[in-house]
Amino acid sequence: MIDIASLLANGIAALVGPSAIFFALLAIGLNIHFGYGGLLNFGQIGFALVGGYGMGIAVLNFGLPLWAGVLVGIVAGMVLALLLGIPTLRLRADYLAIVTIAAAEILRLITRSTSMTDFSGGTQGLTGYGGSFRQLSPFDNGHFYDFFGVRFLGQDLWAICVGWTVVGLSLTLVFLLVRSPWGRVLKAIREDEDAVRALGKNVFVYKMQALVLGGVFGAVGGIVFALTTQSLTPDFYSPPQTFFAYAALIIGGAGRVFGPVIGSMIFWFVLSITDNFLRQATAGSNPLISFIDNQDVGAIRFVLVGVALAVLMAFRPQGIFGKRSEVLLDAR
Amino acid sequence: MRGELPAEVPAQPGARKPDPVLVIDSITRSFGGVRAVDVTHLEFQRGWITGLIGPNGAGKTTLFNLLTGFDRPDTGHWTFDGMPLSRLAPHQVARRGVVRTFQLTKALAKLTVLDNMRLATPKQTGERFFGALLGTWGRQEQANTRKAMELLTRFQLDSKADDLAGCLSGGQRKLLEMARALMMDPAVVMLDEPMAGVNPALTESLLQHVKSLRDDGMTVVFVEHDMDVIRNISDWVVVMAQGRVIAEGRSEALSSNRAVVDAYLGSHHDQVLEFDADGNPVGQTAKLVAEIESELEAAIERGQDLSA
Repeated sequence: MIDIASLLANGIAALVGPSAIFFALLAIGLNIHFGYGGLLNFGQIGFALVGGYGMGIAVLNFGLPLWAGVLVGIVAGMVLALLLGIPTLRLRADYLAIVTIAAAEILRLITRSTSMTDFSGGTQGLTGYGGSFRQLSPFDNGHFYDFFGVRFLGQDLWAICVGWTVVGLSLTLVFLLVRSPWGRVLKAIREDEDAVRALGKNVFVYKMQALVLGGVFGAVGGIVFALTTQSLTPDFYSPPQTFFAYAALIIGGAGRVFGPVIGSMIFWFVLSITDNFLRQATAGSNPLISFIDNQDVGAIRFVLVGVALAVLMAFRPQGIFGKRSEVLLDAR
Repeated sequence: MRGELPAEVPAQPGARKPDPVLVIDSITRSFGGVRAVDVTHLEFQRGWITGLIGPNGAGKTTLFNLLTGFDRPDTGHWTFDGMPLSRLAPHQVARRGVVRTFQLTKALAKLTVLDNMRLATPKQTGERFFGALLGTWGRQEQANTRKAMELLTRFQLDSKADDLAGCLSGGQRKLLEMARALMMDPAVVMLDEPMAGVNPALTESLLQHVKSLRDDGMTVVFVEHDMDVIRNISDWVVVMAQGRVIAEGRSEALSSNRAVVDAYLGSHHDQVLEFDADGNPVGQTAKLVAEIESELEAAIERGQDLSA
């Protein structure tokens, strides 16, 4: 039979877990890019890569302390945004989409190439840069902490606490920005660039600021996740991750401050519940669902998430937090 | 009330004005082999409403795009109040006080009407990235809101202030775009077909608003292809056809100008048509009919679409 208690416990662990934090930060960045600025960044995972690897390489290869490594990771995100933005932001939106997805793949392929093994660890990746992060933990790293049946290892609990603090600070920054006249200009650019130009605003500068800001959120996401897992593997930074972050953003509601965070939590909660349910239902000698093999669960849960996303778009196209009146304007 | 019309301004293309605010010299722009704009000299008088008219494809909107930085000319330079304005980016042109509107209105649909207005205010502290974070823009925002509401009241949009701009009707969007331009306190307002797609009842009110801009000391240049609309309110009319300025003058004088009428109606318009008792064309008319028919046949043979 299905063990509902463990389903929920695992679901709640995923709801607040490291993946939810990582994708929340990626989606906060995408919210600035796409939700407010209308910029199509399809390579957000590339920003996470330069953040994480920037930190790892700075610590391991150059012997910098961890805090300096974090700064290097953030600066690397800024530099990547500038490099991608300068040639493409004067062009139509689709050029940015093409260039960002290509850049993210180029970065992944370079970091995993064997010729880079001495520098970025190649396919084996990097470990051993974040020891000092765990030393800061007030929790017992090897001990399990139990919250009403939801269990976290001490080292993960520390990473989760730091992660949600970073998410909270990021949301505060986004909130302050989007309610200001700066955010108003950005939203106006999303609606019609030429109108904003005709009103005397330098559209290029605003788009560049938005690209850098959202890229920094992506890099911070990569840094937080790399500190949680204590290892960097290049193939984790593959293109689908960007689209999971987009899924989270759209579930929560693009262009709303809390949209990406709630969306990411729901995304991982649903993914965990369907995964656990299917695994339990297909396991054993007399499974509840006999036509699905236990091996296929990993793929089928994404199918179910896709179906859920399609249903959401049909009945609530604005996402959980979005304003229906705004979405309806597009249908006119 | 009309602007002063000194007698010494001659009604000819490129005429010198006593106090020009915009002066354009030898501006050209080609698209492929077509000269969309080819103007040797043109001046816009300060404080006048100048109507820029011409048939479709005359280059009016292209000239607007060039003057406001939205398009780059092949050659030419132009000045605003003596300052060079050529080769500036659109936002730089707008900041110097030459503000345009668009033929297809660009109301920012998912912003409220009030935010559309406040957006246009120049030099906001909160508009800069770090200025926005400091949070010291509140007082400025209050002043901008007051100014925006005053303008919205003047354009009868105050009751819509909190609605999304995308919910406005076509005519209300035209009004919003005009009001929004005024938030920038412009010296020159360039309106691209302000009456297009507006119902006749609102046209009159729009015309009154255009007049009120002049009464507030602004220079107005507006594009229109309907001569009747222009006749009532313009102090001066510039006629374009095939990229060139073919005539200038007061609107009353222009309707009898041979070049203007030809540009609008074609050169056969004033021929007296002659028919015999059975209604068949005779003489010059018969020749004209034969010409038109052979042109049609040729067009059909080339496979052209006659409905256009």
